[in-house]
Amino acid sequence: MRLKLVPENTSFDFFSRAKMWLGISVFLILVGFASFMIQGLNYGIDFQGGTTIRTESSTPVDVAAYRAALEPAGLGDISITEVFDPTFPDDKHVAMVRIQAQEGAEAVEGSTVQTVEDALRAIDPDMIFPFPSVESVGPKVSGELIQTAAIAVVLAIAAVLFYIWLRFEWQFAVGAVAALVHDVVLTLGVFSELQIKFDLAIIAALLTIVGYSLNDTVVVFDRVRENLRKYKKKDLKDVLNISINETLSRTFMTSVTTLLALFALFILGGDVIRGFVFAMIWGVIVGTYSSIFVASAILLWLGVKRDWSKPDLTKTGNQFGNVDA
Amino acid sequence: MMNMSLFQRISIWLTVAVGILLASPNFFYTTVENHNDAVAFAETGVSPNAAVAEMTPEELAANAAGWPGFMPSSLVNLGLDLRGGAHLLAEVNVEDVYSDRMDGYWLEVREALRGERDTVGTIRRQNAPDGQLRVKISNPAGMERALQLVRGVASPVVSLTGVGSNDIQASGAGDIITIELTDAEKLATNDRTMQQSLEIIRRRVDEVGTREPTIQRQGERRVLIQVPGIGSAQQLKDLIGTTAKLTFHPVVGPAGPNDTPGPRTVIYPSIDPQDAGTFYELEQSPVVTGEELADSQPAFDQNGQPSVTFRFNPGGARKFGIYTSENVGSPFAIVLDEQVISAPVIREAITGGSGQISGSFSVEESTNLAVLLRAGALPAEMTFLEERTIGPELGQDSIDAGKIACIVAFVLVLVFMFLSYGTFGLFANIALIINVGMIFGLLSLIGATLTLPGIAGIVLTIGMAVDANVLIFERIREELKTSKGPARAIELGYEKALSAILDANITTFITAVILFAMGSGPVRGFAITLGLGILTSVFTAIYVTRVIIIMWYDRKRPKTIEV
Repeated sequence: MRLKLVPENTSFDFFSRAKMWLGISVFLILVGFASFMIQGLNYGIDFQGGTTIRTESSTPVDVAAYRAALEPAGLGDISITEVFDPTFPDDKHVAMVRIQAQEGAEAVEGSTVQTVEDALRAIDPDMIFPFPSVESVGPKVSGELIQTAAIAVVLAIAAVLFYIWLRFEWQFAVGAVAALVHDVVLTLGVFSELQIKFDLAIIAALLTIVGYSLNDTVVVFDRVRENLRKYKKKDLKDVLNISINETLSRTFMTSVTTLLALFALFILGGDVIRGFVFAMIWGVIVGTYSSIFVASAILLWLGVKRDWSKPDLTKTGNQFGNVDA
Repeated sequence: MMNMSLFQRISIWLTVAVGILLASPNFFYTTVENHNDAVAFAETGVSPNAAVAEMTPEELAANAAGWPGFMPSSLVNLGLDLRGGAHLLAEVNVEDVYSDRMDGYWLEVREALRGERDTVGTIRRQNAPDGQLRVKISNPAGMERALQLVRGVASPVVSLTGVGSNDIQASGAGDIITIELTDAEKLATNDRTMQQSLEIIRRRVDEVGTREPTIQRQGERRVLIQVPGIGSAQQLKDLIGTTAKLTFHPVVGPAGPNDTPGPRTVIYPSIDPQDAGTFYELEQSPVVTGEELADSQPAFDQNGQPSVTFRFNPGGARKFGIYTSENVGSPFAIVLDEQVISAPVIREAITGGSGQISGSFSVEESTNLAVLLRAGALPAEMTFLEERTIGPELGQDSIDAGKIACIVAFVLVLVFMFLSYGTFGLFANIALIINVGMIFGLLSLIGATLTLPGIAGIVLTIGMAVDANVLIFERIREELKTSKGPARAIELGYEKALSAILDANITTFITAVILFAMGSGPVRGFAITLGLGILTSVFTAIYVTRVIIIMWYDRKRPKTIEV
């Protein structure tokens, strides 16, 4: 009568195919990295400068007509994408017009928006003016934003590495961070491969993935630490397997509740944050995978000090007692 | 653990009650917002927005009574992406001020050197790059004495960091003295320029009377301006982007665009479209400036055209009166930001200290100009680095979509938890509902801003908040397997799950803090809801469920439990 995602007592061997899983991860990372190097990310204006205009009209979007109308204005590179969303009524047609940062202009030009407005008004009288949203970022700011974002991600990973090193041992920290980097790289890879718009909000999503992936890894590691004290004679591999199996039910429960909530947001939350939510969904999936197949596998590979005979030290809050023996 | 002291139970429920009470105004958002506006209006006499200004006293009283005064009335602020409005990031060209300062020093330097004409010879100001003053002396042999005199003009820097340094530095090469601001003085000047700019922007935005604008200094020389409810960033730029330096100059005569100005004169174009292509040669020093205005209002002139009236303060009125009475019959120019609005002929002495500017204004332009003149001129020009406009409909759509998504996510998680853990799942669900209430309570308490990613943060918290309970319940299941009694199993479940819960949440909290510190705008909104969500979820999962389970256990005393 209870809903059980995972059977009561499991004893999967998570390391029997460790090489295969690691191989898959490395392969995916390489694919992601290659895609990142070759076609790069589809940076939004936050990181590249330029202007995006959201248009809304009761007549369907005709991308070619929009382009033809805007081309003569000489605004440089223009991209027009239609936005689809299940929450839109039938007579709501939305498009995003993206204009590159204008040559030599540090400041944002108000005339650009006016030009676009005039051109589009001529071909679609039903269009709603003023535009539902206009966002414009100068090249100076966008350069700074990308720098801050990169610093934020690196700082987050470093802070977490430090915390885990304090609470566990350095092998755990390395395993956790490897899993984190794995998740972040795979997410970047997906964004590059699918050319989803990469803007400031995605950085927030990336950091959340860092947080979530860690959450998962830490729960498994916490159990590993406990079991290392409990089963002093067992192989590290067996202890890891027992720990993962014991926490498996929890791992799935949490992932499923989080995914339920995220999918609700993905489907119903509107198109404005869809990319953001997509990043998080992807992050939860790879984060769950990596805490078992990357973090634990690396822990197994690095080995770990087995003498946890003074557990009271950690219980009384002196986390430094066991560090670096 | 199975017996919690009464004190503990009461404090836990009290915390929950306070959290929910603080959150309660948000469920009646419009009512409370109207109540707050009406109360603010009654207290300060300044209407917080245009709608309030038009209301009758009865309506205001009804609004004020709409929400009981003893209840908390702080609301969660809605970010621009939810409410609609404009966001601007501007950079102030602080160097603009340096050349004005140099003009001031020129007068002092000239004064100082004039007394020693025998040693330094005649002095003449040379062309120099912005922010520098170059003075040529005809007797290079007197350079040492000249420098000594110029340095005597310097005064100590007035700022905390610049203590001990002077405001200008002078150096001599050949027969040229170069005078520059010192770095300490530049810093102090920049700081003053920024303060003034912020003040003027604030005054201008306040004149338009929108709700809760944000005007913040960012870094050394940037200003962030967020105004909810304004139609477009362009409108905001029109309001704050113009320097609005009004000056009144004697007219020397008409000029051509390529003429070189004579000594102490300038050539400015006319902005009147009927006069297009006309240029005026004006005396460089104005008779009076906009700094001496006391008031300015939009009006209509005798021909029914939009115009702007102005009134000088007593000092300005006196200067203006003297000048106009001495120069009846000659033209003088009204200049705004180095462009001539009009150049009428003085018909009679204007001694009342007030006047009217007629140009080819639209009604909107005259209203805007009056606002700008009342608020005063910006000390330096601004460039806009970033601008975002979000229409109110798009914001409302986002709120609606976010609400539906939140409710659906909530229901899915509640059902799923109940199916998985039965009665215990129900307990976790109660905690989850309390959790979301407390997030809103905290958001209102600290006056945080809810953004679209912030809503995503709440939805994510809903998903992740149950994690702590899942950890505890799974642990209780395990403990039950080793056939301990229910009470002992529950106790051990809470005890042993604690370290995993803390570690997991602290790491997530670290990322939320970093996100808050590094991020801006919407991203920051996300970090706030994520961080607060972690705090409240740990509290509700550890304490609230525990109290509920204890109360349930004490009443039922079950022999066996199923989790």
